[in-house]
Amino acid sequence: MTDQNGAFFHRDRSWQPPAYCPNYKTSVVRSPQKALISMNTTLSEQTGPVFGHNILGALDNDLILNYAAEGEMAIGERIIVHGRVLDQNGRGIPGVLLEFWQANAGGRYRHKKEGYLAPLDPNFGGCGRTITDENGGYSFRTIKPGAYPWPNRANDWRPAHIHFSLFGSGFAQRLITQMYFEGDPLIWKCPIVETIPSREAIEQLIAPLDMENTVPMDARAYKFDMVLRGRRSTLFENRKEGN
Amino acid sequence: MQELKHLKESASQTAGPYVHIGCVPNFCDIKGVYPHDLGDTMVNAETRGERITIKGTVYDGTGTPLKDAMVEIWQADANGIYPSNDPRGAADPNFTGWGRKAGDYDTGEWAFDTIRPGAVPFPDGRMMAPHITFWIVARGINIGLHTRMYFPDADNGADPLLMRIEHQNRVPTLIARLETDGVYRFDIHLQGEKETVFLDV
Repeated sequence: MTDQNGAFFHRDRSWQPPAYCPNYKTSVVRSPQKALISMNTTLSEQTGPVFGHNILGALDNDLILNYAAEGEMAIGERIIVHGRVLDQNGRGIPGVLLEFWQANAGGRYRHKKEGYLAPLDPNFGGCGRTITDENGGYSFRTIKPGAYPWPNRANDWRPAHIHFSLFGSGFAQRLITQMYFEGDPLIWKCPIVETIPSREAIEQLIAPLDMENTVPMDARAYKFDMVLRGRRSTLFENRKEGN
Repeated sequence: MQELKHLKESASQTAGPYVHIGCVPNFCDIKGVYPHDLGDTMVNAETRGERITIKGTVYDGTGTPLKDAMVEIWQADANGIYPSNDPRGAADPNFTGWGRKAGDYDTGEWAFDTIRPGAVPFPDGRMMAPHITFWIVARGINIGLHTRMYFPDADNGADPLLMRIEHQNRVPTLIARLETDGVYRFDIHLQGEKETVFLDV
């Protein structure tokens, strides 16, 4: 229990996107200008909400069916997204709640503030969730989202992407990110992708096509692993000999 | 020399303007997928402690309310125990400790019905003043912002975190205002003169 509740590795802020990225215009007035106050994690950040499988409905991990009328399905490229959630020590993290959301095959989100002219799919809602298994593994079925234009610069288009929200076992691990698809030329033109400082960190968000897990005559597979912050041992935290 | 094999944390990306679809689908009229939005309710009739409401608005650097922010809170129960993974023992089973709210589409205001948390120890054993941990995401925020809310009617003078903030004139940005009986207002300013203290935890 002591080990489980250890302090978290400090977040590498040079690897993560900075707050202020002027090519992503909305960040200009939504970025703090003063330095963050750095602190080691306390119980307030080392603990966090934990969710049981009892919250999940039978179709929560199937976006092709979870909003569809009886006997119907969402339209688009059928895909399976699967992978593992690991900590920085490379261990799978069980019990991670993953929530995901996305546009439909035409790049249209089911949201009242969205005005893109591509139509809604009456059988596609765009949200799903699951909880990682004992090895940190997860999978869900969906349709591949379309690219989507947005009012940033005059002709900006988001690459096809799926948003992910992750809960580890501590609130300090809380993370929202986006998954991109192998080979999409829009990835390297996107000012939101470009908020990430290094090509290496961007590559970590690009899911490769996974033919081994593709179901013939049914759905292609993409593999997407994610990494949450690791913990160090606290066994000797208050002792002179240190860790 | 041996190699360190630590993996890099996945890079954060903005939650975007449509975070509601994935996190609070019922709030954004996607009905029938989940029975209710996670984090919508933190207490029930049996929850121990003093009932309070916390409300606020997130403002950008021009003083404009964010109407597309999502705010999550995490707090201890009335006895200062966290509802999960707390090595000190079991918390009040009728309290979730975690809440999630989207700002109102028209005003940007959010509100949590919860209880006043008990005090929790700092790693060195000193007690921290009662506080609530906040995490804020929105379009234009590339990585979720952590901060804390403290109470105006508590003794915050010996809090180990508040004491170590060099610019003590910024400490009031972390202290809620008593609006009416049992209702605290905690506005968050992302940028500018009133900028809230954000934490690199």
